[in-house]
Amino acid sequence: MAQLLSGWGRTAPSAADVRAPASGDELAALLRDPPARGVLARGLGRAYGDAAQNAGGAVVDMTALAGIEAFDEATGTVTVRAGTSLGDLIDHVLPRGWFPAVVPGTRHVTVGGAIAADIHGKNHHVDGAFCSHVDSMELLTPDGERRTLTPGEDAFAATAGGMGLTGIVLSATLRLRPAETDWMIVDTERASDLDDLLARMRSGDADHRYSVAWIDCLARGRALGRGVLMRGEHATRAALPEPREATALPGPRLAAPGWAPNGLLRPATVAAFNEVYFRAARTAQGHPERLAPYFFPLDAVRDWNRLYGSRGFLQYQCLVPFGAEDVLRAVIERLRAARAPSLLSVLKAMGPGRGLLSFPAPGWTLAMDLAAAPRLVAVLDELDELVAGVGGRVYLAKDSRLRPELLAAMYPELGRWESIRAGLDPAGVMRSDLARRIGLGG
Amino acid sequence: MRDALGSVQSVLVLGGTSEIGLAIARALVAERVRTAILAGRDPEALGAAADGLRAAGASSVEVLRFDAADRSRHRETIDAAFDAHGDVDVVVLAFGLLGEQEELLAAPEAAADLVEVNFTGAVSALLAAAQRLRRQGHGTIVVLSSVAGERARRKNFVYGASKAGLDAFAQGLGDELAADGIDVLVVRPGMVRTKMTAHMDDAPFTTTPEKVAADVVAAIRRRDHTIWSPRILRLVMAVLRHLPRPLFRRLDL
Repeated sequence: MAQLLSGWGRTAPSAADVRAPASGDELAALLRDPPARGVLARGLGRAYGDAAQNAGGAVVDMTALAGIEAFDEATGTVTVRAGTSLGDLIDHVLPRGWFPAVVPGTRHVTVGGAIAADIHGKNHHVDGAFCSHVDSMELLTPDGERRTLTPGEDAFAATAGGMGLTGIVLSATLRLRPAETDWMIVDTERASDLDDLLARMRSGDADHRYSVAWIDCLARGRALGRGVLMRGEHATRAALPEPREATALPGPRLAAPGWAPNGLLRPATVAAFNEVYFRAARTAQGHPERLAPYFFPLDAVRDWNRLYGSRGFLQYQCLVPFGAEDVLRAVIERLRAARAPSLLSVLKAMGPGRGLLSFPAPGWTLAMDLAAAPRLVAVLDELDELVAGVGGRVYLAKDSRLRPELLAAMYPELGRWESIRAGLDPAGVMRSDLARRIGLGG
Repeated sequence: MRDALGSVQSVLVLGGTSEIGLAIARALVAERVRTAILAGRDPEALGAAADGLRAAGASSVEVLRFDAADRSRHRETIDAAFDAHGDVDVVVLAFGLLGEQEELLAAPEAAADLVEVNFTGAVSALLAAAQRLRRQGHGTIVVLSSVAGERARRKNFVYGASKAGLDAFAQGLGDELAADGIDVLVVRPGMVRTKMTAHMDDAPFTTTPEKVAADVVAAIRRRDHTIWSPRILRLVMAVLRHLPRPLFRRLDL
């Protein structure tokens, strides 16, 4: 039965035959006898654009293929099925003193999705991306065979960040990080403008495992790029005022209504929010904060993507190398000038990347949520040119509108990835709307 | 593929030498479209149009022989267009005959031929395209209807009746395909200055193929189901549709 699917941004839906296989064997059978328009795995649908859509083909709902296969509490190594959400993984391992080495801004992503996008977190500058903490993974290759991949292999490098186009990951063995409590020790500081913010990140990020800055995207002139820098570390029991044990994560407290009008998030409302948020942030050193709101602030509001109305939204997340700060400034300035207010704009410094199509590289990454509007077409196309021109890129897991012409400039290892993928999937079984739109995988 | 901001990448124009159809193709090529397929009757005119699209930046342009009156070959031709180019994001149904009302009234066969192209041929071509779009799981169909179909006028009711039929069919098709993620956009232009209308005097709100094309591109982005071009005609036609017959007859528009 065809079902309309879209990404988290709720733009450009397409129809696919959604399958929910009960076992890896059933999935292998599907790959051996694929429909004409191919197969794609989908997790919890948190990619903003069309990465987890496959128009006219089969989309495999992986969330049933979930669960912990093995957990070594002594070493913090866990083997987990690909459809397991990071939230469920955290609920299982955190009370036993462990935490995933890398988590994104929501816990509602699957392990398979985290590998496909080689997601990063607030600790990228120290710890690298998700796949840097994967010891091995079991991949169902597009011919329906199972292969165990380990770091260093070509197929691993092409699958880490490969957007699901090299096969379907069934399970992965992850190295976790110790976390004695479900609290964080957080340093919060305000930065008066972009230079101030970047200077603070340059000088202090190395001393913090986690670092991210919220930016007021509507501040202009001398205040352009003002923001709040939030850096932290897992709290040990000793660091907390009273003994606190790690517990499971709390559920969402609020739900966004389904009837949010288009244009609710307009410059005036966002400016008001930003002003309040900026002023409410108090400079504080070493204050304890619960882990869930620190890592996953938006998870407190279920279906928050509906706040952008029926036309949906997109996230523009780009990376520019260190030294190209003028491009960073141009991105903020031009989106402000285009009156494209972003409720959520975050900036973070990144370290080196790993996978051939992985997004991270040394530099600054800026992510801005934007309500979908035709006037953004030209602005974002120009920003893409600027970003590609300095050797930067946009994040494919967030992308929903990149022109295919710029892909090779943004991802210099694309050619190698294409040849490894061609070896793994000569018949082109693994397909997605993203792949068709930007010309990935032939 | 269509993107988050409604930009598309490929277009098939049925009636590839139609001035409005071509203007739509040019407007789309000026944005993201790189693949264009022009299907029509006149190879020479199609070739020239294709060269124009290449010069405008389209990297893959093909022309296909297509005759709206030859229904037996519709499916084959449309399948060929989809097979050769992978996904087709937008199908524009642009063919149509205007006819000379007085001649049509004197020659029933010619009137039936016009209806055959404008309505029957369109039904067959649209269903053939819909089948392929359904299979690919996404797409937009643009149907060039006309305000002439909204209320029959003494001066062009043969044409108007054929467009009324087409318009109704396209609306229903849009409802039928909605669950499959396929949009059908019904475009109701007023009088458009083209070779088809060169011999006629300008009617009120006469527009150009380029303006209609710009309205269509914007409507594709918004995923509209019906537009009037220019927009004021929506209001004008709403009034005309409700005029009592005796008054409408006396106005003799």
